[in-house]
Amino acid sequence: MSMNVTLSREDVVRLCERVEGAQKRACAIPKLTDEYPGMTMGDGYAVQFELRRRFLEQGHRQVGWKAGLTSKAKMQQMGVSVPSIGFLTDRMARPENSAISTADLVHPRVECEVAFVMKKTLAGPGCTRADVLAATDYVLPAVEIIDSRFSGFKFDLESVVADNGSSARFVGGGRARYAEELDLRTLGVVMEKNGEIVTMGASAAVLGHPAEAIAMLVNILAELGEELPAGSFVMSGGITEAIAVKPGDSIIARFQELGSVSMRFVD
Amino acid sequence: MNDETIQKYGDELYVAWLERRTVAPLLEREPEITLADAYRIQLRYIERRVGAGETVVGKKIGVTSKPVQDFLGVFQPDFGQLTSGMVHEEGDTIDLGTLIQPKAEAELAFVLKADLQGPGVTAMDVIRATDYVVPCFEIVDSRITDWKIKIQDTVADNASCGVYVLGKTRGDPRKLDITLAGMVLEKNGELHSTGVGAAVQGSPANAVAWLANTLGELGIPFKAGEVILSGSQSALVPVVDGDELVCTVGGLGSCRVKFSGRSAA
Repeated sequence: MSMNVTLSREDVVRLCERVEGAQKRACAIPKLTDEYPGMTMGDGYAVQFELRRRFLEQGHRQVGWKAGLTSKAKMQQMGVSVPSIGFLTDRMARPENSAISTADLVHPRVECEVAFVMKKTLAGPGCTRADVLAATDYVLPAVEIIDSRFSGFKFDLESVVADNGSSARFVGGGRARYAEELDLRTLGVVMEKNGEIVTMGASAAVLGHPAEAIAMLVNILAELGEELPAGSFVMSGGITEAIAVKPGDSIIARFQELGSVSMRFVD
Repeated sequence: MNDETIQKYGDELYVAWLERRTVAPLLEREPEITLADAYRIQLRYIERRVGAGETVVGKKIGVTSKPVQDFLGVFQPDFGQLTSGMVHEEGDTIDLGTLIQPKAEAELAFVLKADLQGPGVTAMDVIRATDYVVPCFEIVDSRITDWKIKIQDTVADNASCGVYVLGKTRGDPRKLDITLAGMVLEKNGELHSTGVGAAVQGSPANAVAWLANTLGELGIPFKAGEVILSGSQSALVPVVDGDELVCTVGGLGSCRVKFSGRSAA
């Protein structure tokens, strides 16, 4: 993957303001490549990192990262072939079993993920699944609430990356476990919406093994000149397809060996 | 349907199975055929196989997932009977020449240690009566041309059962979360698809309870020692010469199967 930046600093700031405005006002915007068809992945990350710089300046705390588009199902759903990453802040976190407002979201969707909490800093390139497992403090189940700010679900990887990988909210919970006590490849997952099963799968859906997605994330970070710090909370990507939610919906994600994570959506 | 017609179609399906060829969908020829008729045709087909020397060793449950039920326009599973000629050992290479238009499904199989006499059987009774569970493959096959099946066609055709392979790792459903156990299916070393126990009627134990109750109503025995294939947790995988499939049930173990030769259709 080339992380070549082709946009001028002015263009990066301009696109970042556009994305930030869409996130803050919860309004959809056309995909960025409509105006900048030559946008590269490097450009997308330049916009994302500018967004992070602004958030941190406003007092947000970065708590970790997310890997996205890591399953065959997600890649097919999005029509892309490369995974992506996005940053997570304290403002995106919601407690387990809470009411989550959709008023400040555009078209929220939920997916089940295995999350990792790191005890050691990891740096790429060349980070492997084994490196990730050795650096993991514990794993836990999580639900990510993604929200693409692009209108009509029309987007491409460059635009999604600029929009921070569609990150919006996340809920960690369930049961914390040592990774070495589990087979992280074969964990079954069921997502129920209003008491009905809407999607299911097993954790191998994420690049064959969720730790593989974390290794990939660390290697992308290396290309962007960063490390994954100890203490990071990292979501490894959706095991299941993303399910649309609206006010009144109640979601429960049940994980083999990891318990469950629940939440409900309100206006 | 009168006994004569039931017998005619049961015999026709038996001969089709014996000669590895397909027949036109029964429902196209007999639009009035009911589900009860279809099960009677299945019984005739099984009677012929038993008459030729096989024994009944268990049951299979089919049409257990919502997508398949939606496709066939039904709201409940179906079942077929497993006979001694369908059994393969793990590690066997299955000769596709014995099949017509096979597809593989990854499942959890139950082996009973007590009889389950429906109606009135619950999922809790199923766990109580279960000796062990194992990962398995069912190789489904259809004696109906191009799999053009409606529910009556597949039921008459023994729920499209072909052959099956049981894995060797036995699990206790009191120790294993059979509802949330993940199912990972690999084809030729690559991830093919994933699933979970809940894909089968919310839990495989629910499917087995349904079977016990349905068999009870039909007066078909369901005995200790029988093998029950509880329903597919994976996508259907068409198989060809040289293919190798491995399914792994989280917290339990794997089942591996290889294929050689060419199927009839």
